Amino acid sequence: MEQLIQQIASGLANGAIYACVALALVMIFVSTDHINFAQGEMAMFSTYISWQLIQWGLDYWVAFFLAVAISFVAGVLIERIVLRPLHNAPLLSIVVVFIGLLAICNSVAGTVWSYLIKEYPTPFPKDVFGMSGLIGAHQLGVVIVTLVVLTLLYVFFRYTPLGLAMRAAAQNPVSARLAGVRVDWMLALGWGLAAAVGAVAGMMVAHIVYLDPNMMAGILLYAFAGALLGGISNPGGAVLGGFIVGVLENLVAYLGNAIEKGLGVYIIGNGEKLTVALIIVITVLTLKPSGLFGRVVVKRV
Amino acid sequence: MKTTRRGFVGGASATAALLAGGAAQAQAQKGKYDEGASDTEIKIGHTNPYSGPASAYGVIGKAEEAYWRMVNDTGGINGRKVKFITLDDGYSPPKTVEVVRQLVEQEKVLCLFNPLGTPTNTAIHKYVNLKKIPHLFLSTGASKWGNPKEFPWTMGWQPDYHTEGVIYAKHILANVKDPKIAVLMQNDDYGKDYYEGLRAGLGKDVGKIVKHATYEVTDPTVDSQVIQLKDSGANAFFNITTPKFAAQSIRRAAEIGWKPAHYLNSVSVSVATVMKPAGFENSQNIITASYLKDPTDKQFDNDDDMKAWRAWMAKYNPGANVADINNVFAYAVSYTMGKTLEQCGNELTRANLMKQAASLKKLKVPLLLPGITVNTSPTDFYPIQSVRLAQFKGESWELFGEVMSSESA
Repeated sequence: MEQLIQQIASGLANGAIYACVALALVMIFVSTDHINFAQGEMAMFSTYISWQLIQWGLDYWVAFFLAVAISFVAGVLIERIVLRPLHNAPLLSIVVVFIGLLAICNSVAGTVWSYLIKEYPTPFPKDVFGMSGLIGAHQLGVVIVTLVVLTLLYVFFRYTPLGLAMRAAAQNPVSARLAGVRVDWMLALGWGLAAAVGAVAGMMVAHIVYLDPNMMAGILLYAFAGALLGGISNPGGAVLGGFIVGVLENLVAYLGNAIEKGLGVYIIGNGEKLTVALIIVITVLTLKPSGLFGRVVVKRV
Repeated sequence: MKTTRRGFVGGASATAALLAGGAAQAQAQKGKYDEGASDTEIKIGHTNPYSGPASAYGVIGKAEEAYWRMVNDTGGINGRKVKFITLDDGYSPPKTVEVVRQLVEQEKVLCLFNPLGTPTNTAIHKYVNLKKIPHLFLSTGASKWGNPKEFPWTMGWQPDYHTEGVIYAKHILANVKDPKIAVLMQNDDYGKDYYEGLRAGLGKDVGKIVKHATYEVTDPTVDSQVIQLKDSGANAFFNITTPKFAAQSIRRAAEIGWKPAHYLNSVSVSVATVMKPAGFENSQNIITASYLKDPTDKQFDNDDDMKAWRAWMAKYNPGANVADINNVFAYAVSYTMGKTLEQCGNELTRANLMKQAASLKKLKVPLLLPGITVNTSPTDFYPIQSVRLAQFKGESWELFGEVMSSESA
């Protein structure tokens, strides 16, 4: 029983990581209607920037917000310089650009900072919540930060004119332009925001998985699963999806162990964690293609 | 010069005209050569991941390039310059096949030296043996490289994982009271090699393994597995993980208050990239096996080998990380290759190269731990089979006990 609780707690902690990255994926989808495969690597790069700032002697939180700001600007610049010329290009070309960005971020980070893993500090106090063993202080901190970012995004998109304009620009560029929205800039802004959210995710993740240029590769896979499960168009759903995937994979391993102990046969276990979790995701998507909490998009032809 | 003249005299005194012709040729050339070697040059091929998921190992290729530059600056191998051709395979087996074929069929190298990776070398294993290209001193610890009967052209270098697993098993049985062993294992050939070694070493006590949890390289964390291992009530922990997961598991075990006798595979013993990130306070008393001198270990600060290595790093490999043990590995394995080539003398044929590689006797290689030497024979294709156990104390590894050896199956 103790193990079950520990596994759920650890699943929630992992889920927080997935949720954080899923949120960044949703951000770019909501504001540009694309899925950015380079999201993980951009987040990793931002994390390196903050690490470098900390190495230069800046306080953690100063480095944190500075890195978020730098990422925002970088995101805007990437959109303006790299993606702008491709506005009318077919989707495939854009996907290729995303993959190119992924490779570039990865290699540049490796060249500049080397591929050796690095420690990344946590801003949260050790064991202050008195629940260490069940869930670490940092893990709890990640959950809280994820929820705060989610709330901020929700408020931004729901209640500010700029948020509304961004949603309009993504969903129906032509009508938005007719209504006076500067669609080009909205897209750039969306990229900036997504890069900033990604930076937050990276900085939260790095303490747990350690900082290296490939730290996001595995996580992005789970984050995609979480985002799709919850609904790629719904930030809240994506966060919930992330948590569900995290807990689900641990429960699969736990149940597999229990079965092995009880019946003496190995059916599922650690090796099948991801497989089973993804099968469940696919099942959900087959039954409900827009995800558990996604909005069903009806396009008039 | 002397040998050439003697050859000429010998040829001239013979009555057969055929022999005289051979002697004339011997005069034109100093030695006997296969493709890739000549009076002035030896071509060596190498593959390494400079891009992709394993690119952290790219430093090995760069360091080896630097090593051969030093060799060439100091006169080369028996007067021949070494041309070291290193290509990127991105740690992707199909790519390895492609670049190795390029090395063999276009560059026409004499031999392949230290190609990196278990899956990558597996992909070219049959090809190089079919082509009879020496495939020497691989950068992988899998036990399958020491099989001269079926693969007479392939030879590993470092202590193999199987041997190391056997040694841990022996130590656990001798030192842990009523052992209950938990194993965390990367779910691939590398992990299985270690695990099989442990099982073989335990022999009839194999039932003492109470829990065996695996992880995939795509798993973001191994938290869930460590919880399972703790829950099994084990008092000994064999940790078969690569650096990132090693650091995670050491920290996680400490966080949930699990304190078993902890055995960590030698793949992940770097102080800079594993022990420090895991936290020194969490890493105390972990046991591992090592065969190389760790540059971050202060006990070697006044060691002559280490000083020579540091001087070489400063001159030929500046900008590389002096805390990275891969640079030590590259230096030591290149030295072994250099010695083997030297032993070939003027007969730089592929067959002779394999013959010399299989007759290294108590070769002292710089930066191997004291008491460990390189030994091979026509039936023993495992150059290094000894290790010393070390325990993590304070901020570095402390060697203890004697040199331990084991013959691998």
